[in-house]
Amino acid sequence: MDVWQDYTKKVMEHYENPRNVGVVENANGEGVVGNPACGDVMKLTIRVENDIIVDVKFKTFGCGAAIATSSMVTEMVKGKSLEEALKISNKTVAEALGGLPRVKMHCSVLAEDALQAAIDDYKKKTGAK
Amino acid sequence: MKPIYMDHHATTPLDPEVLSAMMPYLKTAFGNPSSTTHDFGREARQAVETARQQLADWLGAADSDEIIFTSGATESDNLALKGIAYRSPDEKNHIITLAIEHKAILDTAKYLQKQGYEISYVKIDSHGIIDLDDLRRQIKKNTALISVQAANSEIGTMQPIAEIGAIAHEHGIPFHSDAVQALGKLDINVQRDKIDMLSISGHKFYGPKGIGALYVRKDLRLAPLIHGGGHERGMRSGTLNVPAIVGLAKAAEICERDREKENARLLQLRQKLRQGIESQIEHVQLNGHPEKRLPNNLNFSFAYVEGESLMLACRDVALSSGSACTSTSLQSSYVLRAIGVPDFLAHCSIRFGLGKSNTAEQIDIVLDLLRKHVPRLREMSPLYDLAKAGVDIEQLSWKDHDHDIHE
Repeated sequence: MDVWQDYTKKVMEHYENPRNVGVVENANGEGVVGNPACGDVMKLTIRVENDIIVDVKFKTFGCGAAIATSSMVTEMVKGKSLEEALKISNKTVAEALGGLPRVKMHCSVLAEDALQAAIDDYKKKTGAK
Repeated sequence: MKPIYMDHHATTPLDPEVLSAMMPYLKTAFGNPSSTTHDFGREARQAVETARQQLADWLGAADSDEIIFTSGATESDNLALKGIAYRSPDEKNHIITLAIEHKAILDTAKYLQKQGYEISYVKIDSHGIIDLDDLRRQIKKNTALISVQAANSEIGTMQPIAEIGAIAHEHGIPFHSDAVQALGKLDINVQRDKIDMLSISGHKFYGPKGIGALYVRKDLRLAPLIHGGGHERGMRSGTLNVPAIVGLAKAAEICERDREKENARLLQLRQKLRQGIESQIEHVQLNGHPEKRLPNNLNFSFAYVEGESLMLACRDVALSSGSACTSTSLQSSYVLRAIGVPDFLAHCSIRFGLGKSNTAEQIDIVLDLLRKHVPRLREMSPLYDLAKAGVDIEQLSWKDHDHDIHE
């Protein structure tokens, strides 16, 4: 319970009303990170057109903070260029949520890793640099 | 919505009758029970000795002197293990216990192990029940103590205490049981069940916090952990906590008086909750034994839904989870892992701990919440997609995610 009191309003809001849940239908990049045995798995699918992330969706198995960071990262990258998106770090995601409890910071790492993995996947698939 | 308390394994509220019994000793009857030269002290002493007798009767002890008051079950467990170990470190230095014991036992055992004691863990089955043949095999010439809980706090599994007591006594080994979760619910009698030491905690059965006891059979001597005025037959020094002791005895009295009726009521509520979950929610797994469990306990894994996120969704209900995300260690429940529940399902577990305040209406509210949120969170879960596609999640090879924080 302690931990929840440390969740900011923003975290709770994203947990309650997560943005962009699902799988992008015609995705050209996919990142799956985490491990069910560790209690968190995040899947991010993206649609990139002309170097711009035109669509992004997530599915997450994890705690409230993991769901909120997933939701936040999708909101942050939508409409951004790949270059801009790659500048997003776990720290900026956490900051956008008004901060995360210390024990939950790893959730934001998961979000950063999922984004990175999805972009890497897109680049591999399309041969983009 | 009015908050619902369904975490009675963690603690219970103080019974108003218990508080009333304690009040005089918090207000006017303040004497020190060791001060027997005046009436202030004698009044306190009498209250303590009456409470001691009540507790002895409750547990089926032969003599009220066998009740040693402590600060709680953690101290009782420490005293039982270290008290025996330090008494005869050279000849008898082997302790037998279970991997699903409370941390007060496990961490004490580990501490003793560092000091050169040998600790053995008896095999348990997938419900958490002790393998009695393995217990027999583990017994050695130098075994100083067997310590097995009466019931588990996470999965509610009840151990065959009397059978363990009989085996221990066949071999002349003292038997200790942490009965914290079982007392007030199960019928325990230390003489009949051949229990030599038994740990009690007041706040688990509607008594005050900060008070517990260790039943110690008369002919058993323990090395004290706390030295001082030689209270409690020299095994636990320190001025007695009179109001809490009075409250402990009162709580025991009420529990015994209401036990059968309350157990029947809890079983009914538990059945309603269990049946509701099993019939209305897909992909659930009951953790622990289907029958041999405390009447107030349920532990379910809601597959593909992480426990903390489900508790957060149902946050007006006080529950607990074996998920790592509710702990700072990022480790899932050691109890669930010890009975072979896969890690990912341990993260999906929720413990329901019913108690006096719970009603059938509250069970309906909880079922409504679960019916609403489990499917919602599953729709968000990539694991659910994999499962629907026929993938065995445990068999997949997952890259270990590093939890390092990039700062």
